[in-house]
Amino acid sequence: MSSYLYYPGCSMEGSGRSYRESLEGICEPLGISLEEIGDWNCCGATEYVSLSTTPAYAMIARNLAIAAGQKKADEPLVAACSACYLNLAKADHYMGAQPALNTRVNDALGAGGLHYDPGTVRVRHLLEVILNDVGLDKVRAAVKKPLTGLKVAPYLGCMVPRPDVDGTYTNHEQPNDLDRLLRALGADVVDYPLKTECCGGHMTQVAPKVGLELIRRLVAEAERREAVMMVTVCPMCQINIDAYQGEMNAMFHTKHKMPIVFFTQLMGVAFGLEPNKVGVGREYTNASKILAKALKAAPELALAAAGAVPAAHKPRPDKRALPMPRMADSEVEE
Amino acid sequence: MVVAQVSPPEVADAGARFLAEVGAKTAGVSRLEMCIQCGSCGGSCPSADAMDHTPRRLFALMRAGERDKVLRSNTPWMCLSCYHCVVRCPQDILITDVMYALKVIAEEEHTYPNNVGPDFAGVFVGQAKRFGRSWEIGLTARHYLRHFIPRLPGMTPMAFGLFRHGRIGILPHQIKDKKQLQAILRRADELERAR
Ligand code: SF4
Ligand code: SF4
Ligand code: SF4
Ligand code: SF4
Repeated sequence: MSSYLYYPGCSMEGSGRSYRESLEGICEPLGISLEEIGDWNCCGATEYVSLSTTPAYAMIARNLAIAAGQKKADEPLVAACSACYLNLAKADHYMGAQPALNTRVNDALGAGGLHYDPGTVRVRHLLEVILNDVGLDKVRAAVKKPLTGLKVAPYLGCMVPRPDVDGTYTNHEQPNDLDRLLRALGADVVDYPLKTECCGGHMTQVAPKVGLELIRRLVAEAERREAVMMVTVCPMCQINIDAYQGEMNAMFHTKHKMPIVFFTQLMGVAFGLEPNKVGVGREYTNASKILAKALKAAPELALAAAGAVPAAHKPRPDKRALPMPRMADSEVEE
Repeated sequence: MVVAQVSPPEVADAGARFLAEVGAKTAGVSRLEMCIQCGSCGGSCPSADAMDHTPRRLFALMRAGERDKVLRSNTPWMCLSCYHCVVRCPQDILITDVMYALKVIAEEEHTYPNNVGPDFAGVFVGQAKRFGRSWEIGLTARHYLRHFIPRLPGMTPMAFGLFRHGRIGILPHQIKDKKQLQAILRRADELERAR
């Protein structure tokens, strides 16, 4: 069991509830434990930084200070919401890069008896932890019901791969991280070039025309690529694309019906948990039926994965055959 | 004969002053003065159509000392925080954070082009300060009543749906030590005002 500090963020308690439920379900099979940081507060999303700089960063840094006091050894702080992750990572990074900001933020924290030295806590996003610490071999080994034939569009959104203040990502626009994870679950991952395009965030609230058009592009492209559902790593993306799809359809006279679920929900289902135990069915555009159909269609593969039937070996390419362009193995497998 | 255009000194001064002002307001090291006007930001921006100036043009206006035009522009308010421009900028300018800084100054001076964005931020932050947590339903309800009454009929079934699926709570979550948070934020406000 590797242990991590955990910052849930407000959405996980509300609209992102199925993210929380599914995350709780997959920790054990993945061999990780998440310890929530005590009395954490809202990170201010993208709103506080638009209003006032020092208070916005002080509000974020209160969480970092609490985490620093709570961590054992070099436990990182994990966030599941993309915006929370970025706010925490940026506060740590900018306080380190800009002494004036660091001084002001720590002066403010002092009024509450707290202090934070930038660099003390390493902030990471859940997806990256699963890929790099747990690893895909372990994920594959935990799969009991592979999602064979389930065509999914991997939607990473913007704030995980960008701006990437810690230099975690080698590719900021077309990373294949989420693709690889979903492939390890057996899903049929469609090529989705809009995977890191923005869903508009709060634009559904402040400039609906702009926001709904961004959502339309994402959903239409997923449909064009024949995905039956989109998969996300962020509660904000989920609610935008899920709950505002109706208003989007009305505005553009379209009839899209694209469910969007959290990657942790698909992990849970592939690990053999009951879909309703991992929050499937809470989405506005329902994903239950599509998921049930996919699971029913692949019973023998489920057995193979469980070890009852030996999985077929990949045929080796014939050495005498003409050299054909092939995907690098790392692309296919990992 | 082509003569290189040099800004008269008073324009250059006003521009340099404004760049420094925005740089100081930006969290992180903005590097704003390093902009080479390549246009990668505007070309990458999914929101450019909705903006009155592309980010590149906004930075040119800043350098020209057009403080008022910049602070009245809708560009920062149409910025999505998608960071496409940031990872593509050859000069590593913190474009998104500069947009936040411009919003902060426009808030202080009430020069924003319309009040929907500032109001949303204001209500959100007000609740986060009060409870220590954001409160989705309270925020949405208040915001729609103020700005999008025509959208309410369409939203009501959505709110019911979310409620039925257990995704919205009627009451806000609250942190335990609200006093501590509020003391921190009061001090932070003082420090911000004293700058
Ligand atoms: S980004 Fe959203 S979910 Fe995360 S803490 Fe901030 S307000 Fe809450
Ligand atoms: S895709 Fe949307 S919700 Fe997700 S991080 Fe980007 S703006 Fe936020
Ligand atoms: S991409 Fe960077 S250097 Fe180029 S115009 Fe934009 S801010 Fe200036
Ligand atoms: S971060 Fe803002 S300015 Fe930059 S590309 Fe995205 S929307 Fe445009």
